[in-house]
Amino acid sequence: MTSTDEQRKPRGRRPLDKHIHLAAHFPGVNNTTVWTDPRSRSQIDFASFEHLARTAERGLFDFFFLAEGLRLREHKGRVHDLDVVGRPESLTVLNALAAVTERLGLAATVNATFNEPYETARRFATLDHLSGGRAAWNVVTSSDAFTGENFRRGGYLDRADRYTRAAEFVATARELWDSWTPEGQPHPFAHTGRHFDIEGEFTLPRSPQGHPVVIQAGDSPEGREFAASAADVIFTRHGTLEAGRAFYADVKGRLAKYGRTAEDLKIMPGVTVVLGDTAAEAQERAAGIRRQQVSPQNALLTLEQVWGVDLSSYDPDGPLPDIDPVVGSGLSQGRTQRGDPLVVAEQWRALSRAKGLSIRQTVIETTTRQSFIGTPQAVAAELDEFVQSDAADGFILVPHLTPGGLDEFVDQVVPLLQERGVYRTEYTGTTLRSHLGLKEPVRPAREEGLTA
Amino acid sequence: MTTSTGRGLLHLAAAVDQPDTYDADPYLTLTRLAERGALDFVTLGDSFGRPGPDALAVLSRVAPATARIGLVPTVTTTHTEPFHVQAAVATLDWVSRGRAGWRPEVSATEEEARLFGRRAAAPAAELWGEAGEVADVATRLWDSWEDDAEIRDVATGRFVDREKLHHVDFQGATFSVRGPSIVPRPPQGHPVTVVDATQQHAYDVAARHADVALVNAAGPAQAAAVRAGLRRRAAEHGRDPDALRVLAALRIDLGGGEHAAVPGHGGGGPLPSDLGPLYRGGPVDLADLVAAWHRAGAVDGFHFTPVEPRRDLERLVNGTVPLLQHRGLFRTFYPGSTFREHLGLARPVNQYAALAGDPS
Ligand SMILES: Cc1cc2nc3c(=O)[nH]c(=O)nc-3n(C[C@H](O)[C@H](O)[C@H](O)COP(=O)(O)O)c2cc1C
Repeated sequence: MTSTDEQRKPRGRRPLDKHIHLAAHFPGVNNTTVWTDPRSRSQIDFASFEHLARTAERGLFDFFFLAEGLRLREHKGRVHDLDVVGRPESLTVLNALAAVTERLGLAATVNATFNEPYETARRFATLDHLSGGRAAWNVVTSSDAFTGENFRRGGYLDRADRYTRAAEFVATARELWDSWTPEGQPHPFAHTGRHFDIEGEFTLPRSPQGHPVVIQAGDSPEGREFAASAADVIFTRHGTLEAGRAFYADVKGRLAKYGRTAEDLKIMPGVTVVLGDTAAEAQERAAGIRRQQVSPQNALLTLEQVWGVDLSSYDPDGPLPDIDPVVGSGLSQGRTQRGDPLVVAEQWRALSRAKGLSIRQTVIETTTRQSFIGTPQAVAAELDEFVQSDAADGFILVPHLTPGGLDEFVDQVVPLLQERGVYRTEYTGTTLRSHLGLKEPVRPAREEGLTA
Repeated sequence: MTTSTGRGLLHLAAAVDQPDTYDADPYLTLTRLAERGALDFVTLGDSFGRPGPDALAVLSRVAPATARIGLVPTVTTTHTEPFHVQAAVATLDWVSRGRAGWRPEVSATEEEARLFGRRAAAPAAELWGEAGEVADVATRLWDSWEDDAEIRDVATGRFVDREKLHHVDFQGATFSVRGPSIVPRPPQGHPVTVVDATQQHAYDVAARHADVALVNAAGPAQAAAVRAGLRRRAAEHGRDPDALRVLAALRIDLGGGEHAAVPGHGGGGPLPSDLGPLYRGGPVDLADLVAAWHRAGAVDGFHFTPVEPRRDLERLVNGTVPLLQHRGLFRTFYPGSTFREHLGLARPVNQYAALAGDPS
């Protein structure tokens, strides 16, 4: 969906208006991130991280977000070479960013499959202490044998077990975070469950915001249930108004059975923004970005991911292949499937025939979706509408350029959101929990040590 | 760089450990102090089995707030994932712009094993064998990206040259790693590996993998013998012994004024203690001790562990260091910007690039 250029008047804040939460995603390791643009800089130098984080903090964002990938993607048995590839380890970068920011939340994606609760809880508690209460952990579950080849255990968890391990993982981490006494003394913990059987003493006191904020990204019913029971924030892909409302209603509806309320879980879709001085200019820039994201080589590669066969002899500016995909060829690894290849191929061919699109144009049409395109006024109004109509509580902005991709948004859209009265004009707290309006977790009562 | 005596300049390092310290400022204060003294590096210890924050995280937090000093966290290899470990150390090198090191350590106790619940405790010899494998796979993964792998070639649409990315296919006794790393080759090529060779079981890992080895010695003659032994062993492993810096580990208690509190102890040797050799006295006599060991060609430098961190590090930097500088034994400023440059160590050749360039 796109914005019209109609100039919606900024309005005074009504008492019931929700405040919008914003977060910044560092551009990822995929073809959404455009590296051919002359403004594109290093995806690895600390200066790039520092620039984007400082921009986000200038925009009074809730947090800065880093994704994770634990193996380089491969295609035809070789490292995939067309997209940005290579990134530093997230927690280490965030600890360094804690030195150059003051209020911004710092969120790292860390897998619950190829890590252990004791070490992970300790690393996040350390970040929370070193940043004065700004840490967040995006708990992901992805586990495939391909990624597992880099780890002691190999690929070892079935899809069905991933969320049971993730849920027990997070619960265990919280036991550790709560294990010191209120007086600041280590207190022994013991956890025995299906996935973990551990005991001892944790190495850090309770952190400045009680616990690091827990984010969940994942969309299956199991994922939503896990989020409803245990997460503070959901990072979702549902970035349209209708899909957002449906997702929002579904997830918030699951909270009551865990004794939680709608305020306890913030829903934040990952979205993109393209601005222009007029609606037409914004649309033109958006189309240009899509062409940068889908190079001719990238178009063929995307097609090969669906068809499962080598298509290098095809012309990206020519028609789609009329052969059927080979299912389960394992041509591409480390990337999520787009659905049943036979169905996808048929849809793409139908679209290409109906609109007269080439391979590259078809891939652009089907794989790139931009969320908010328009003038700063139109985008501000639309973001506000999404939040006020319960399609989201806020947004994780995913820029396509490193590291300047959020400069325009912060300079041009944030002031308009502030004028509308739906966005903070200064940080009112110091911790990420306070930015998100989340309660500090209650320390569970313990028989010993709590003789108040 | 050599001194008037013809020997290389001293390398000096200090521990910044502080008990019960969980926020960043006290670590930053000590590291900045050490940097003011132009020390080569600081170390920060770590263990899963005692209170304290993650050391690598602390030194990452310190990195952007300092400019030149090397940063060496202890990183344990027993219950951790080698792939994660190497990525974190490489990232410390990126965020510090070439100032990272790491001190591999093992977790040998049953208490530590119970924190993970994955393996039982194992003998130190076995765990150090594994630590050596982790050090080995780390260098392979750091090399798994050649320096010029990122090409950003718009004409062909290729961001990287995949001929310059390598699977490492490492098979160790307790783990395997396919590779390549997710992190491009760090600025120093390989962050500096510091091994505490005062532990008997770590000796061979030090000879094989260390850029800097820490040793215990009661006097210059003993230190010289230990250093010669390590260099010999390094050569047996096919290494250039001149690429190994041997530092004497010395606990320092500088509470005793300008001169030694224990008579005769200043220019003499340190006292044995449960935690290793201990020097107790003043900063002036410490400078005499350091100069004497240097003159005897006993070691390449010292790693100091202050008994009272703030006080002793201040006295070291304000008292001992200027005297050593005055005598021309220690640098007055950092001529280079990376930790390897402070140590006078070359940036390692990439093992995969070297293979690719080999016509045979
Ligand atoms: C918005 C979003 C972001 C994600 N980010 C990551 C990531 O950075 N790293 C990762 O390994 N998996 C990531 N995932 C994958 C999820 O953790 C999960 O494995 C995947 O969505 C499958 O789970 P599901 O069936 O519940 O959706 C992400 C998923 C979503 C929806």
